[in-house]
Amino acid sequence: MAIKEVSEEKVREIARRWGGREGFLVEMLQDVQTEYRYIPEAAIRTLSKEVGVPVGQIYHLATFFKRFSLKPRGEHVVSVCTGTACHVKGAPRVLDACARELGIGVGETTRDGKFTLEEVRCLGCCGLAAVVTVNDDIHGHVTTSKVPRLLKRYKGTEKASHGEADDQ
Amino acid sequence: MPYRLHMMVCAGTGCVSNRSLELRDALSAELARRGLDKEIEIVTTGCNGFCGVGPILLVQPDGIFYQKVQVKDVPLLVEEHLVKGRPVKSLMFTPPEAKEPVPRMRDIPFFGKQMLVALRNRGMIDPEKIEDYIARGGYQALAKALTTMTPKQIIEEIKASGLRGRGGGGFPTGIKWETCVHAHSEDGVRYLVCNADEGDPGAFMDRSIIEGDPHSVIEGMVIGAYAIGAHQGYIYVRHEYPLALKRFMIALDQAREYGLLGKDILGTGFDFDIEVHRGAGAFVCGESTALMASIEGRVGEPRAKYIHTVEVGLYNKPTVLNNVETFANVPVIIERGAKWFASIGTEHSKGTKVFSLAGRVKNTGLVEVPMGLSLRELIFDIGGGIADNGKFKAVQTGGPSGGFLPEDLLDLPVDYEKLYEAGSMMGSGGVVVMDHTSCMVDVARFFVDFLQSESCGKCTPCREGIKAMHGILSRICDGKGSEADLATLEELCSVVADTSLCALGGSAPNPVLTSLRYFRSEYEAHLQGKCPAGVCRALITFRINDKCTGCHLCFKACPTSAVLGEPKQMHSIIQGKCIKCGACYDVCKFEAVTKE
Amino acid sequence: MAKLTISELQKLREKLAQERQTREGNARGQIIIHMGTCGIAAGARKVLTALLEAMDKQNVRDVIVSTSGCAGMCSKEPMATVQLPQQAPVKYISLNEEKIVRILNEHLLQGNVVKEFALAVGSERMG
Repeated sequence: MAIKEVSEEKVREIARRWGGREGFLVEMLQDVQTEYRYIPEAAIRTLSKEVGVPVGQIYHLATFFKRFSLKPRGEHVVSVCTGTACHVKGAPRVLDACARELGIGVGETTRDGKFTLEEVRCLGCCGLAAVVTVNDDIHGHVTTSKVPRLLKRYKGTEKASHGEADDQ
Repeated sequence: MPYRLHMMVCAGTGCVSNRSLELRDALSAELARRGLDKEIEIVTTGCNGFCGVGPILLVQPDGIFYQKVQVKDVPLLVEEHLVKGRPVKSLMFTPPEAKEPVPRMRDIPFFGKQMLVALRNRGMIDPEKIEDYIARGGYQALAKALTTMTPKQIIEEIKASGLRGRGGGGFPTGIKWETCVHAHSEDGVRYLVCNADEGDPGAFMDRSIIEGDPHSVIEGMVIGAYAIGAHQGYIYVRHEYPLALKRFMIALDQAREYGLLGKDILGTGFDFDIEVHRGAGAFVCGESTALMASIEGRVGEPRAKYIHTVEVGLYNKPTVLNNVETFANVPVIIERGAKWFASIGTEHSKGTKVFSLAGRVKNTGLVEVPMGLSLRELIFDIGGGIADNGKFKAVQTGGPSGGFLPEDLLDLPVDYEKLYEAGSMMGSGGVVVMDHTSCMVDVARFFVDFLQSESCGKCTPCREGIKAMHGILSRICDGKGSEADLATLEELCSVVADTSLCALGGSAPNPVLTSLRYFRSEYEAHLQGKCPAGVCRALITFRINDKCTGCHLCFKACPTSAVLGEPKQMHSIIQGKCIKCGACYDVCKFEAVTKE
Repeated sequence: MAKLTISELQKLREKLAQERQTREGNARGQIIIHMGTCGIAAGARKVLTALLEAMDKQNVRDVIVSTSGCAGMCSKEPMATVQLPQQAPVKYISLNEEKIVRILNEHLLQGNVVKEFALAVGSERMG
């Protein structure tokens, strides 16, 4: 999937959506991240002008919070929950299995831009540990042997429907 | 026509991920097809807490509890239970150790032992309908507070109830409110903030409360605002909780529409509104000063708290910050009185506490119990004991700031003081159970790894100290540790605890110190090159023994082709190629793959 | 929705709570309509609908209406069982739309068994 070109107008609209208020900078960055799947430099400059704060402050926010990425992320973001409950139910091995299956390391994106692999600190679904989310779909009770089939559903071009074959 | 039956479909995050919404749609289609939709109502509820057996379905007024209900079960369920009145046994829950399924929710030990205060509307209301909340007495406490009580009386009531902060600190809520009122504010502006940045891994009570009963939090916040004289409130919610966020936004709109929020609340002239801020993935933002900085649009770095935020907080105004569960308790206290609330719990810890039970326990989920219940009752009676016939090793409470407790402390009554004395803490209420398959050194390293990456880096002891602790723990896990490392580790712990700027660093050593205190033998085994639990990769070897039937499953599962063998013949592992991922161990059905 | 005042909130609460009373599982009594194949064939469905409609019209919200399978006396269907707290269940036979409304009014709401339609007091023993 091609990376969207950054439109100054779009970013300005995002700033206006939040009243151009400094207190909503994190919200604006959330929307930029959702729109472009990363925080483009141009967007940081536009927000800086719109809100009237230094570029450095926005850059600081964009690098401080885990949700934001300065590099484009993949079409599908695979997040392996590494909270405590998932950890004791084998999350580190599930993470390794995902890395092997996708051929990338944690925090990396596949060359075709399809997948990004991430760790996430507890999604609060500890009853379902170990948990992996792909985009907004939550998959519970994941084990190493279920990983290939789980990811396969997102490899096609069609949007994988949620939970086709999660065996519990 | 009134509905004769109500099908309460759980739509908490756990059940949704188990496809409960598809189940709801299938049920609704089946009811319509059979012309039952006018007499049977489907209610989409919040989390029921028994997440491990979702999707969950409760049929009222019968009180029949169904679990793991799939779309394919719908026709049978409708035909048998709804038409013929014969509850379907095969979909009921059978507690561990029991032979027969238990039909009624209240008879299931997991539910029967609980006492619901903060979760009073759990599973009984549709969180997206304010009418459901009002029907169960919602906003009555607000009406009572606004019309019959002065702000001072409310604060006295909360003080007398003994309510303490449920986010972890355990600070008395009434005293916090009172201090805020007495703090000087030039223009009289005060703020009220709800902390819903539930970052502790293994804790999900706040998510569950917002998803299941958002109005209870809003009502608590409005009462709090009236008590301290605030007109603007904020809630800071993790972005990892999209469903909670969505339901809270819906609830805010409904409350405004009904005149329960905004200008002139309930016609009493009191104004208060709530603004929502999303967190963006930083554990440290659960710390009060970091959270407030983040709401102001700055990076979430804590500051030193010589002056507390109740005096100088958000935008330098006196600010009350309480967590979700604390606010959810407030309306009940106002309605039923401080005396009633104070009659529950222990001497210094009043009321109930919501715990999330997770890890290697049979019944995972969310439970609310009176303070003072023992860990044993929590884990074995409600939690049903250890999963897969494992042996209990440790229970971790309080998240990364808490500690591990061993088997001989299982009879400890759970309250703020008792947990603290044992080296752990209440925290937000995460309870993660570990069995013989968990390595305590590895889990201690896990927490330190978590805190290392979540440290904001502002102060040196936390930034560098935790990193150094992580280095030592990793060395031990790799089998390269020495006796001297343990001493250095203990020394580092005390320095980091004493000199860090905020509670993240201040409590970071707890997991390490408690694991050293109660499970020192495991550290010593690692120094000898052994990981007793078989977790630390550098110290384990996978082998195949003569129980191997040649089923070939491990051969197929091995990602590095380290397994050798023809089908129906005994297999073996090439150690040089083995990456110790454990895939062979997981798939083997004959206990032929061993870990040592 | 107009903004509420205190007294409107009270009224709204009472109305909403009444509508949802059966959801809470507390009720003055329970009536079971037997809906086995023969019961449905004999008109149990109509009886059930008539009961629900009557309850709606009279604003009765605290009676649990359940259905169950065949009561075992196919010749006497449609049948119903009324159960009040601390009382033996009563079985009614050969019901129709009018009879069920009388059972609602006389037995469930006033506590007087409608002897003309009653088969017997008590149920089979279990086990």
